[in-house]
Amino acid sequence: MNDASKNPTVVREILKRELSNIAPETDLDALESSADLREELDLDSFDFVRFITAVCAALDMDVPEQDYMQFSTLAQAEQYLIGRA
Amino acid sequence: MTDFTMPALGADMEEGTLVEWMVKPGDKVKSGDVVAVIETVKGAIETEIFEEGTVGELRVKVGETVPVGTVLATIIGTSAEKAPVEPASKATEAAPESAAETEYLPAAPAPVEGVVRASPAARKLAGDLGLALAGITGSGPGGAVTLADVQAQAPTISPQTAKPGTKRGFDPDAMRRGIAAAMAKSKREIPHYYLSTRIDMTRAQQWLAEENARRRIGDRLLPLVLPLKAMALALHQVPELNGFYIDDTFTQSEKVHVGVAIALRGGGLVAPALHDVARKTLDELMHDLNDLITRARTGMLRSSEMTDPTITLSNMGETGVEDIFGIIYPPQVALVGLGKVLDRPWVEGGRIEPRPIMQVSLSADHRVSDGHRGGIFLNAFDKLMQKPEAL
Repeated sequence: MNDASKNPTVVREILKRELSNIAPETDLDALESSADLREELDLDSFDFVRFITAVCAALDMDVPEQDYMQFSTLAQAEQYLIGRA
Repeated sequence: MTDFTMPALGADMEEGTLVEWMVKPGDKVKSGDVVAVIETVKGAIETEIFEEGTVGELRVKVGETVPVGTVLATIIGTSAEKAPVEPASKATEAAPESAAETEYLPAAPAPVEGVVRASPAARKLAGDLGLALAGITGSGPGGAVTLADVQAQAPTISPQTAKPGTKRGFDPDAMRRGIAAAMAKSKREIPHYYLSTRIDMTRAQQWLAEENARRRIGDRLLPLVLPLKAMALALHQVPELNGFYIDDTFTQSEKVHVGVAIALRGGGLVAPALHDVARKTLDELMHDLNDLITRARTGMLRSSEMTDPTITLSNMGETGVEDIFGIIYPPQVALVGLGKVLDRPWVEGGRIEPRPIMQVSLSADHRVSDGHRGGIFLNAFDKLMQKPEAL
């Protein structure tokens, strides 16, 4: 875990960057923070796990599998990651 | 002398465009080397050669579109023989191997000596812009030049013409026509029969949850690797579901190369081969599956992956679909379909309990097998899924 995980702005940027790597055609600025990422961005389980893995790598942290659903929306993911920092 | 021809990278391919030569006359090649990048309706494919020798003449220029079977290059002699300046003196010809007979190739593309590693999309854009790949610093795996690296060198490209993640030259309409042609051929020629069963996923889910709890995030297994391995092992009992039906003859494949149906962002699908599934561990399968899906979606598949699948796996559970009865991809003779795992009432030992249940289906070719044998396959698959620790 690094210091970046304590900063909401940095966390949000990392979340958006990794989503954009997986779904480059998506306009992330237009994405509501409460939108279901899997539905809105048409992510399958492979994409979804890849997204979580990339975010965790960027923040140097590990999350248990049962917490994957905490990444369902941008707002939820942000809250979860900061809460663990 | 033998000919290296435009390969049919799938039953639906009629022509292809040569995007880049990765060899030049005089270069030595061996089986499995990537010699050209060919653009098809399914994206740019790194195309391998399946013989050994020296490159003679390159007959098709970069940018040319030619029908399947057209001679792209001549290959002279074996590696021990001399280069193309005296081709007529060589009497021995390397026998061309069919792609189905080739040995297992590692999923990660081997770097070609003297050639800059770059994604096919990056190669094509660099070619279109007249940029030398060697002059671009790659930021991809192993220093490979990515599409973004090329775009960074060409600031004048508008986002509309070079959107990140969009395969340049990829034509969704052409892919749709290709899929239509293959599926129409299948429905016209293959007398399908369909079987379905429901299996209890309790043990598989429990085992996977315990296994993943012990692993760090990057090393965890996705649920798909379990049915992938189970289907490959079940085929040992019913091998007539695994192989090719060509010219009224079925040829069984000793190895199980599973074509994994992968939906592409923006529409369309490909089903490239995950090689030799029965002999791989679950960790190896997870690694190779990651690699295959990533490359399928960035347009970096290899020709052997397009031609080798001996059976297809279609996982529709992702979208919430409960039951699937798929169409066989010719010249294969079977397709396994997976539905969504749902909690259902399940009767065991006279008691009703909620259990996670998955529908598994088999579409198979009646010219090669019968429903009884298909039933044995599904039964074997179920038994294997009940012992996930042994997979």
